Amino acid sequence: MSFMFSKENLLKIEELKKRYPNPHALSLPCLWMAQYQEGFISLDAIDAISQIIHMPSMEIYGVATFYTMFRLEPSEKLIVDVCKTLSCKLCGSDEILEHLEKNDTIKLRHVECLGSCSTAPVMQINDVYYENLTIAKVDAILKELK
Amino acid sequence: MRDCKIVSRKFELPNSHTLEVSKAHGGYKTLEKLREHSPLEIIDIIKASNLRGKGGGGAPAGEKWELMPQNSLKPSFLAVNCDESEPGTFKDRQIITKDPHLLIEGILITCYAIRAKHAYIYIRGEYKQFQDILQGAIDEAYEDGLLKECDITVHRGAGAYICGEKSALLESMEGKRGHPRLKPKQKEPEWFFDNPTLVNNVETIATVPFIVQNGADAYRAFGTEQSPGTLLFSMSGHVQKPGVYEAEFGTSMMEYIRHFGGGVKGGKKLKAVIPGGVSCGVLTAEECENLTLDYEALRCMRSSLGTGGMILMDEDTDMVVALKNILEFYHEESCGQCTPCREGTGWSDKLVAKILEKKGTKEDLNKLLEIADTMNGKTICVFAPAASAVIVDFMRKFRDEFEAKL
Ligand SMILES: Cc1cc2nc3c(=O)[nH]c(=O)nc-3n(C[C@H](O)[C@H](O)[C@H](O)COP(=O)(O)O)c2cc1C
Ligand code: SF4
Ligand code: FES
Repeated sequence: MSFMFSKENLLKIEELKKRYPNPHALSLPCLWMAQYQEGFISLDAIDAISQIIHMPSMEIYGVATFYTMFRLEPSEKLIVDVCKTLSCKLCGSDEILEHLEKNDTIKLRHVECLGSCSTAPVMQINDVYYENLTIAKVDAILKELK
Repeated sequence: MRDCKIVSRKFELPNSHTLEVSKAHGGYKTLEKLREHSPLEIIDIIKASNLRGKGGGGAPAGEKWELMPQNSLKPSFLAVNCDESEPGTFKDRQIITKDPHLLIEGILITCYAIRAKHAYIYIRGEYKQFQDILQGAIDEAYEDGLLKECDITVHRGAGAYICGEKSALLESMEGKRGHPRLKPKQKEPEWFFDNPTLVNNVETIATVPFIVQNGADAYRAFGTEQSPGTLLFSMSGHVQKPGVYEAEFGTSMMEYIRHFGGGVKGGKKLKAVIPGGVSCGVLTAEECENLTLDYEALRCMRSSLGTGGMILMDEDTDMVVALKNILEFYHEESCGQCTPCREGTGWSDKLVAKILEKKGTKEDLNKLLEIADTMNGKTICVFAPAASAVIVDFMRKFRDEFEAKL
């Protein structure tokens, strides 16, 4: 098996196990750790998780594909999640999306409400929210992140 | 409008998220006297306050607490719902970033009342930044010795709206896909790995310290007889000053919008409001005119108060485009277990797309209503019936806009 959790993550997993009545509860936490460790969730990582939490690999795979934030493939490009739901749309997310559509150095995803509707339009990059967007602001943020 | 800050009292203080500021302003005060009451007495206080769940349903909290066994051989748990994915809703986020210690205090009281030794906070995956602030507060509470008898663990979701539904949330916490469970026939607690579990929204739990500290009557002094207390109502969309502002139930909707929101953006006329997240029936501006913000008034309008997150739409809004946007959401977020939901959300989305391309016919409008009908009342959870009601409402109230595109 080519995937191994880091020492630090293994320690975290041991601590977490004490916090739940059943190790199956660790499937999401472990998937998160694997994704942060490698940038995505490999099939090897799923096998490693399967052994730790005693859940069949196939079932963990099914879980990983259910949740939109888990990535089963690496992405070379910067992933940019722009909210496209109603409040953002009413406040101009179409314009932002159209602008970013043309940028082929990023991986643009249209996502549903980010819970930031009062500061629409909104996008999320690497866990960070960027709010009250304008095209100029988006360009400045992307330049900064490059 | 009467000032009534119960949950948002400390929001504006600098560093309000820290233990020091919380304690300096009365945080954790209830814990000093908590043990003077028995767990059942605490439940009685909550029942007397008629506190209603603030996650969308408005179910009486005390009645749910009472379902939890007081002398169970199995451990009991509390699961705090911070999935907050209903479009138009962003209030729980304010609590966990601006006064996380209020939530922790509420958790400690609740766990005492239901005899739970461990609480989980299920938080949507996108809220990582805010989760870090919440975790910082929990760490502080641990260091301060506040969590000696009760553990708190934050459990992160990973992008699935449906995990806000309480049984889907627990499935997700059990490490599975977030599929809602079949409802039991009789009233009973929820179950986390077969252990009795209480699920409450963040804001519900954050309201508990005020009630225990000041008494049920102090809470009932706000709001209406049937909808007592306050809610972190919020506004987004075409409004001058979008945001979250606490108000008491029974407040006039238009007054709220004018007072806190500064009216419709750009001085335009209001066309419609979706009152409590996109799962609530849309209201025309006329319907909003004399409306009050409480569960009963909204039910009378055949809509619902939901999470209190209002989405405003001005006179220039294309309602067919708005419906299309909501249907895309429903299609994307259906968990796929029930055929009427899985197929109906996609099909109706496609039909509205066709109407927007000006290729629709009168039959398509009828078909839309037919699909809505099949989605109502034949599914495991209320997601599909909500989608159904949204379609019917938009078409009933803005039929001319649909017909104009045929
Ligand atoms: C489709 C669906 C989504 C829901 N999403 C949420 C949510 O994001 N947050 C929440 O607190 N409750 C949500 N609920 C309500 C929960 O099922 C549950 O009733 C609530 O968390 C109970 O807490 P309360 O009584 O304190 O409101 C949702 C319900 C449904 C049917
Ligand atoms: S109604 Fe829709 S969301 Fe609810 S359980 Fe069925 S398929 Fe899933
Ligand atoms: S609609 Fe975009 S954050 Fe809510």
